[in-house]
Amino acid sequence: MKEEKEVKTATTSNGKIDQIIDKYQGDSSALIQVLLEIQSENRWLPKEALDKVSKKLEVPLNQIQHVATFYKAFSLVPRGRHEIQVCMGTACHIRGSPRVLDRVQDLTGIRPGETDLDLKFSLETVNCLGCCAMGPVMVVDGKYHGKTVPAQVDEVLKNYD
Amino acid sequence: MPRINSPAELEELRKGILSKRDPNKPCITLCSGTACHASGSEEVAASIEEEIKKQGLSGKVDFRKTGCHGFCEKGPIIVIHPEKICYLQIEPKDIPEIISQTIKEEKVIERLLYTDPTTNEKVVHESEIPFYKNQERLVFGSNGEIDPTSIDDYLALGGYSALAKALSQMTPEQVLEEVKKSNLRGRGGGGFPAGRKWEECRNAPGDMKYVIVNADEGDPGAYMDRSLLEGNPHSVLEGLIIGAYAIGSHEGYIYVRQEYPLAVENVGTAIEQAKEHGFLGENIFGSGFDFTVKVHRGAGAFVSGESSALMTAIEGRVGEPRPKYIHTAIKGVRDRPSCLNNVETWATVPLIINKGADWFAQLGTQGSKGTKIFSLVGKVNNTGLVEVPMGITLRDIIYKIGGGIPGDKKFKAVQTGGPSGGCIPEEQLDMKVDFDELAKAGSMMGSGGMIVMDEDTCMVDVARYFLDFLSDESCGKCVPCREGIRQMLKILTNISKGEGKEGDIELLEELSQVTRDASLCALGRTAANPVLSTIHYFRDEYEAHIKEKRCPAYVCKALISYYIDPEKCQACMICLRQCPAGAISGGKNQIHVIDQEKCTKCGTCFEACPPRFGAVKKISGEPVPSPIPEEARMIARKSKENE
Repeated sequence: MKEEKEVKTATTSNGKIDQIIDKYQGDSSALIQVLLEIQSENRWLPKEALDKVSKKLEVPLNQIQHVATFYKAFSLVPRGRHEIQVCMGTACHIRGSPRVLDRVQDLTGIRPGETDLDLKFSLETVNCLGCCAMGPVMVVDGKYHGKTVPAQVDEVLKNYD
Repeated sequence: MPRINSPAELEELRKGILSKRDPNKPCITLCSGTACHASGSEEVAASIEEEIKKQGLSGKVDFRKTGCHGFCEKGPIIVIHPEKICYLQIEPKDIPEIISQTIKEEKVIERLLYTDPTTNEKVVHESEIPFYKNQERLVFGSNGEIDPTSIDDYLALGGYSALAKALSQMTPEQVLEEVKKSNLRGRGGGGFPAGRKWEECRNAPGDMKYVIVNADEGDPGAYMDRSLLEGNPHSVLEGLIIGAYAIGSHEGYIYVRQEYPLAVENVGTAIEQAKEHGFLGENIFGSGFDFTVKVHRGAGAFVSGESSALMTAIEGRVGEPRPKYIHTAIKGVRDRPSCLNNVETWATVPLIINKGADWFAQLGTQGSKGTKIFSLVGKVNNTGLVEVPMGITLRDIIYKIGGGIPGDKKFKAVQTGGPSGGCIPEEQLDMKVDFDELAKAGSMMGSGGMIVMDEDTCMVDVARYFLDFLSDESCGKCVPCREGIRQMLKILTNISKGEGKEGDIELLEELSQVTRDASLCALGRTAANPVLSTIHYFRDEYEAHIKEKRCPAYVCKALISYYIDPEKCQACMICLRQCPAGAISGGKNQIHVIDQEKCTKCGTCFEACPPRFGAVKKISGEPVPSPIPEEARMIARKSKENE
């Protein structure tokens, strides 16, 4: 919890969020684009930011919540330092990605969509990354690990702290 | 960059670009598509740039990072022009040799060439590799030749000449007629005739009309739209502008998933370049036609790829489908007439304008014209993107182009059409692939995903997988879809856990019917296809799960066990060391035994056991033999060197 507080203070003082919102002043149809930019800048959407978006874009907060919870790209909680994505596309699935995911879950103690308490890892599943030749694919912080077998997961994840 | 105001100026510009290019100057093209990127093409690129300098060839050899070449299995791929020597699976360490041997001395490096697996012969040129030889790469072919961030590369190949032709020599009605005559059907899944959609939108009342590129490619296992947009964004843009002209639209959207950052970037660059050249903006080619286009990034929702949902998302709202009694071509974005087509459909338009509807219509089958790009993935030797004429057989795609199934395994089924499609069994491999034939077989074309499955794939698990995906992606707006999928998923999960009971199959069929009949959008209406097609063709597998509690493909975790055959175990310690659960006991010279209580069934031991021993076995539908007694586990070895 303590760390979460720290993250929050860091974001509210972040002028970049204001800049993003200012670019789209009053344009309610830009809602998704604004949220995407904040998400990619800040890696999650703090309540304060959503309040600001609501005021500046003149969109009710409940509608923003609807959008922010509907789409997969948005996170309403802080993310871990490292992002693990396990591809669950069909090609990866039949080549054994469920077993890879099981191993990731065992090692990190979190399920897809979750972040561990130390804010070390966030785990997500994705539906096809478009590199089916390498399946099963696991991506950690943008680095692709192809033809993954469960035993490899240990090797990969121990390099992060 | 000066604006291009007429077709003559465009031709002049093209000649100018070509005259600056020496066709005999060596040029290295490196595939930088997503798959190659993931397998290290970035490092290869750095090493090429460095080595060109190091060997004193700066300015004497061109280097181009291109879009996806399609042969993802063998990436990163290098093609050296003008000879078109093709090297596969390149690593940075190969580069010094390529520069010194192939570029400087014009020698071909044998070990980097493609080896034909049947004849063991080396293949020098890209076009002679069986994977490419049997394709017809009309839409996708330029991908490997151009740098997607360079409009000059696109122009050099004749880019924007179709737009010039349409705007200067044809009326909007003529363009529309040409597309109608070509019988181009939407490549996004539905297969609706593009010309008819255009016409409806053109005739719809209202001055403000929109044209939209649907690049919200969501089918797992399909990535052709991504590769086109990343690798050849101008072709999509050109098609879109032509369509806008025919329809009478002055504003367009490109809806791209934010999961495709490179596509977003390249399309953005292409739009800027097109603006500078005057292909976008006011008075394009001096014709008086104005058109602008915006990029809208999708935030990750499968259902938002449905046309009415996508249009709601463009308005900044939650992308949920609405009833389409009134077509989106009449009332779409902001209730104005909107014409939406898929990436591949738009990219096909310039070809039709340039070469004519008759040329296009001679390709393909009676009902489905032209070519289609498929992403051939799964248990197949040559994973990649393949473009083939409609009407080719599944067998040709999988065996001639795809090179068959790896590891001498037996083919079981091919799944087409993504989560809305179905599984097609071996008996139907000689079926001709087009919109109508696939639908007849209980599947569909979809956006062109083609997932090959072998004997190790469990069909119950496949059906469960797709419903799991769909239950996650259903927007939940209508009950038959939301609840129907959830209940079917529950039953399938039970079956895969060995908790299935008599009557489950019939119940699945009944639920399928209701979900199909009563759902609003295509997601719900087609959700049952994976279930129905697997029941239809692979009922025996369902029955084995339900009646014998056996998974014939050894996939469903709850129904399988791993067991080490004491007769075959050589006590080599490999599986024992790798087991992440510490479930294997044994030692040097002591036969290994799996503790079934501790085993998490991750399969690591099965993969680790050297094939020459083959001691680890999967068991399903029968009890695991009890472990051999401790005292019998010692192996007497003849000599220690065998260790």
